[in-house]
Amino acid sequence: MKHTISVLVENHAGVLARVAGLFARRGFNIDSLAVGVTDDEKISRITIIADGTDYTLEQIEKQLNKLIDVIKVRHFENHELLTRELVLIKIACQPSQRAEVIALAEIVKAKISDITANTMTLELSDSVDRIKNFEELLRPYGIKEVVRTGSIAMQKGGVSMKL
Amino acid sequence: MAAEKMTAAQAMAMALKAEGITTVFGYPGAAICPFYDELYNAGIHHVLVRHEVNAGHAASGYARMTGRPAVAVATSGPGATNLITAIATAYMDSIPMVLITGQVSSEMIGRDVFQEADITGAAEPFVKHSYLVKNADDIAVVFKNAFYIAGSGRPGPVLIDVPFDIQKTEIEFEYPETVNIRSYKPSVEGNKLQIKRAAAAIAKSERPLICAGGGLFTANAVGLMRELAERANIPVVNTMMGLSSMPASHPLFYGMIGMHGCRAANYAINHCDLLILLGARVGDRAVTAINRLEGATVIHIDVDPAEIGKNLSVNIPVVGDLKNILAVLLTQVENYDHYEWLQQLTGEKESQDKPTVKPKDGCVNPKEFIRMLGKSLPDGTVICADVGQNQIWTCANINLENGRLLTSGGMGTMGYSVPASVGAKAASPNSEVIAICGDGSFQMEFMELATMRQHGIFSKIIVMVNNRLGMVREVQTNMYGDRQIAVALDGSPDFIKLAEAYGIPASRVTDISQAQQAIDALLAAKESYLIEVVVDENEKTIL
Repeated sequence: MKHTISVLVENHAGVLARVAGLFARRGFNIDSLAVGVTDDEKISRITIIADGTDYTLEQIEKQLNKLIDVIKVRHFENHELLTRELVLIKIACQPSQRAEVIALAEIVKAKISDITANTMTLELSDSVDRIKNFEELLRPYGIKEVVRTGSIAMQKGGVSMKL
Repeated sequence: MAAEKMTAAQAMAMALKAEGITTVFGYPGAAICPFYDELYNAGIHHVLVRHEVNAGHAASGYARMTGRPAVAVATSGPGATNLITAIATAYMDSIPMVLITGQVSSEMIGRDVFQEADITGAAEPFVKHSYLVKNADDIAVVFKNAFYIAGSGRPGPVLIDVPFDIQKTEIEFEYPETVNIRSYKPSVEGNKLQIKRAAAAIAKSERPLICAGGGLFTANAVGLMRELAERANIPVVNTMMGLSSMPASHPLFYGMIGMHGCRAANYAINHCDLLILLGARVGDRAVTAINRLEGATVIHIDVDPAEIGKNLSVNIPVVGDLKNILAVLLTQVENYDHYEWLQQLTGEKESQDKPTVKPKDGCVNPKEFIRMLGKSLPDGTVICADVGQNQIWTCANINLENGRLLTSGGMGTMGYSVPASVGAKAASPNSEVIAICGDGSFQMEFMELATMRQHGIFSKIIVMVNNRLGMVREVQTNMYGDRQIAVALDGSPDFIKLAEAYGIPASRVTDISQAQQAIDALLAAKESYLIEVVVDENEKTIL
């Protein structure tokens, strides 16, 4: 089962290596990991999507909490969360195909970020499922490159993950 | 204390003094020279080991006797990487240590220069925490935090890697009085409701059992555990790390559990209706014995929440300092009668003592020898058991009444006992300290005989010689059709002559009739002494 875990860490060099190393050596599987600084520049937030049983999840949380640089660990149910991932997709696109790709992008609210004589680069920020769906829609044109950021997640509603 | 101008190297030495460190174990090299120069000035006693790993093991022995973080020092590159096995050993057994390593100059880091190793990266899986000091002004806070982290909560090794140029930088030094790490607040008090539930479970239980682990020593809670056992008439078994928390002849004590444990202890684990785990993480070598526990209620008291439920599902978890929790629990526990249960266990205990197998001529039954030794020991003796068959022979037969047993429980690190005995003896110069090892493990550590001589740290040594890596030999015999490969120790030196080469008197025991005399000579020796016990190459690990 997929779990979303948000981790507040000290914004020091080497912290990401400690977190990633912990997952590797304890055999926890990471589907995606995204990291960035928070409103407090001394604190970074890591969003991890991990796969595993409830036992694994409990161990992940407990072991993360043992890392000295980890300030707070929270695990969320998917329905509590607003989840977003950013993707850049470069496709082969002949001039004759541009209109239909633009139409497609409009439907899913993707942006055209770059264009050349025979390629087009699209940008979409959305949930993981919708990103996958968009990628499938573009596949017939010939995908040249895909870059995804990994998911970031925030609780819905007025609550926030504070120290 | 007002801020003073000094180099970071001097600040490092001052920090050690502020932490009450009087002895460090180490091995110098160019990258740590500025710090060594300040050790010289600060008058901190430095024990020069003969291999860096042994600086770590000696610090481990020292820390286990004092209960406070001990210090090992090494230089950059190979000096630092040689420490890793000792760091991992301490990590597995939750031993508080601060490791100080030199590092190449900051501007050279990452260029693969001479004697450069990413030691914080390499040691990461085995440290409680580590620091690579990039700013000399951080030295005071880093040292303060390192000692605090190493010694508090579930103790463990903390590594401080200090580049050469940082050591030489002039700073304003003021050692902090308090620690404030917002992300590190170990639980101290146990949850009151959970303690109440534990007390209720004890009151209700007909067949309770305490499984006492190494955490009791860390928490300085051995006395409270005994009080609990005696108050409520609860029998006690030990994990290997918990050995010596109960006097062997105590009527409530039933021995060591696990794969290499004794029958009565494993019977107790499998037949209790309430298992009270105290500072024990029930590692795989211990839990193999637990196969019928499903029906029992489990209380697990541990300072590390991650250990609770990791290896065994738990009904009543209590997270916090054992000393605090047991003190509260004791106020809620009364005298309960478990006569039938104790009778049952005593029956098991009495029936397990098989007659001693007579060994072939020229050999000694090591179990018989260890029992004899155990009976001869003065109060407060520290036994350092190595790893291999000798470890199990020692743990199962030494039967300490009053003393400490130190061994590498989690990691099973060969070559632990002699350097650990050096550290233990340095910490407790008035105690008898004896390392018991095999001829395999001894050859990983005998260079430390020189350390003992040089520094007048006179621990004693017993080497069980069967010219085999006996435990592996046994595995090959039992599981691989007795196809013995890479287990014969042919080419080993004469250990008596070897000891003599270091100026250490020694005697060889080839028949049990010579044992008592040798033991008496060992115990009477004012300085170090070595006994070689000749053991049959086919000797079994357990009876």
